[in-house]
Amino acid sequence: MPPTDMSRRDLLAGAAGLTAGGLLMAGSDADAQPQRPAELKIGITTFLSGPASVFGVPGRQAAEMMVDEFNQRGGIGGVRVRALFVDEAPGTEHLVGEFRRLVQSEGVHVMFASISSGSCLACTPLSRDLQKTTVLWDCATQRIFEEGPQPFAFRTQGFATPEVLAPLLYLLKTKPEFRTMAVINQDYAWGRDSWEMWRTGMEALKPGVRIVAELFPRLGAPDFTTEITRLLAARPDVIFSGHWGGDLVTLARQAAERRLFERSTFVLPVAEASLPILGRTFPAGHVIGTRGDHWNNHPRPKDPARLRALNEAYRARFNEPVIYPVHHMVQAFNALKAAYEKAIAAKGGGWPNDMELAAAFRGLTFDSPTATITLREDGQGLEDQIVGVSTHAEGTPYAIPKDMVIFPAAMVSTPVGMKSVDWLKTLKPDILAQVPAAISG
Amino acid sequence: MAEWFGDNSGLLGLALLDGLASAGLIFLVAVGLNLVFGVLRIINVAHGSLYAIGAYAAASVGIVFASMGLPAWASLPALVVAAALVGGILGPLIERLVLRRIYGQEEVLQLLVTFALFMILEDVQKLIWGVQPVQHDQAMRLLGTYDVPFAGDVVPFTAYQLFVLPGVALVVLVGLAWFLRRTLTGRVIVAVTTDREAATAMGIDARRVFLLTFTFGAMLAALGGALSSPTGAIVPGIGAQTIVLSFAVVATAGLGQTEGAALTALMIGLGRSIAVYFEPELEVVVPYIIMVAVLLVRPQGLFGSTVARRI
Repeated sequence: MPPTDMSRRDLLAGAAGLTAGGLLMAGSDADAQPQRPAELKIGITTFLSGPASVFGVPGRQAAEMMVDEFNQRGGIGGVRVRALFVDEAPGTEHLVGEFRRLVQSEGVHVMFASISSGSCLACTPLSRDLQKTTVLWDCATQRIFEEGPQPFAFRTQGFATPEVLAPLLYLLKTKPEFRTMAVINQDYAWGRDSWEMWRTGMEALKPGVRIVAELFPRLGAPDFTTEITRLLAARPDVIFSGHWGGDLVTLARQAAERRLFERSTFVLPVAEASLPILGRTFPAGHVIGTRGDHWNNHPRPKDPARLRALNEAYRARFNEPVIYPVHHMVQAFNALKAAYEKAIAAKGGGWPNDMELAAAFRGLTFDSPTATITLREDGQGLEDQIVGVSTHAEGTPYAIPKDMVIFPAAMVSTPVGMKSVDWLKTLKPDILAQVPAAISG
Repeated sequence: MAEWFGDNSGLLGLALLDGLASAGLIFLVAVGLNLVFGVLRIINVAHGSLYAIGAYAAASVGIVFASMGLPAWASLPALVVAAALVGGILGPLIERLVLRRIYGQEEVLQLLVTFALFMILEDVQKLIWGVQPVQHDQAMRLLGTYDVPFAGDVVPFTAYQLFVLPGVALVVLVGLAWFLRRTLTGRVIVAVTTDREAATAMGIDARRVFLLTFTFGAMLAALGGALSSPTGAIVPGIGAQTIVLSFAVVATAGLGQTEGAALTALMIGLGRSIAVYFEPELEVVVPYIIMVAVLLVRPQGLFGSTVARRI
């Protein structure tokens, strides 16, 4: 095992120490014995403006839907739920102030933060300072749980490492003959981190691949003409791109028109949300992911009726197809409900304080429409990853995946106590033998 | 050096083609902003919103035309129709209801008011078009691709980006120069730009000139957005992305300078595309490196002139 900055034992000791320390803080808010509140307030940070609102607004809509659904069924633990939203777009300084306001002035019982990795990195220390349970409902940065114990923060979905490693394994399994590759990623944390992880994993599993272009256009760039020309001239066998939202739509449309898809195989870990907008412009034969396992044509969902009901209810209410942030928000609400029920049961029916709620989240298991998700001892959720190759099916007006592989979360997730890049360096080609068989169709 | 150029002449040729398409779009947006500042002396932050609304409107008009069963070529005039509608409706409304109240006020107040307008229009866009990317690329697909030979192979370019964007920019540049220098209305605008007090004293209705100029500037912003719409997705925030680059062009060119805006757009477009080929990390900062380099040597901008302060 390579040297790591933080061993599993250190992490658990840290978490236990912080929890115990918190429990000894007599009279602190986190330890107070609360009465059952009149309403359960959830502070939610999400992008309500700017380019990332393509994810943030569906997230808010999903939250509104879940609040209504929970309240129609008597709320959580018999308490009605209310969501208070904050826009992430103005930046982390504004967000930190809003986080404090929601906790200290509005008295929210739990926080849901955030879409941007930068926002999550800014909010997570606050969850510890304010001793407020914070559900990281969408952000992907691997750093959150790798840089220290988080006693009050929990992520109810996967994270960047499995979201990059699963497509890499899929590519190596299905098209192992490639010799050259290029990257075109947005110039910010996810774009840089995802490429570092991809390259590290690829060098461990298939050394000798020649990188012919590394392009990092700015986030929100309206045009990729030059980058596409550069890629056409370089002729890589494979192009990795973590692009999402409007940027991916623009890139894919320009690439399709200029026949770049015909010359190179694209690997797009965040393709799912943009496919309905791209329609049949997005061609068949490229590797696509969805930041989890929640494709609408999931071949083996845990609860098909629930998945269908979610799709139908969301489309009926908002006239849009379900995309992954909707699933992530639904997962956060389901986890919250499960955690409160667990904490209330542990307290013999009493309403839990912040410390007791946080304790209930650790090791929590809850159901999503597609799978059962478990939160590890460090707070990170284990969410399976489904990767497939794009195809055009009859009756579907846009590309969907076929030949899907369901990667078990534990197989593609960094073990507790290790850092992702260090772990990726230790991968051996025999991991490919563990890749489950593709589900044809 | 000569050897480097020899080795990379093919890539430089491709970069030149990319740079021209990029420069055309940058120029169309920046020239409207420059014109409005030159005449009204207002730095209009909401110019970015007019660009975004022009793009959304073009996609919407294109979709409506397609749903009406109009032929594919109708998608090209749809772009111009959308820009004219946006500029023709929003331009006079904004000038009459908002800008007219802040002429001659402190620059900080003008900036704040136009910024507030920008924020309001951002929300209006979300109310009308939502937050999911909007696209309509019929105009780009209509013209197909043009294969450029490269290293024994071909690199396909869209004819739209290779010919339409630089072509429209050239037409606007020449047309604007002709309009301002050869027509009575153009000369009136130049007179008000040069000395508003003297022009007013000679009987020119400055308010009418302001209304006309702002409406025209709004149309140019909307045209830039409309022409960009077939090539990319339209999402919330594109106005903000555009206005920052436009300010860099205006500052580099010299406030109120049409030809300067064209030259600066060309420098930035070519600079960015060459950076993508040979030093991609610099692509984002190239416009600002050019701006700083020019302003260090000529603080008034490439084509700006030093104006004596009146006491």
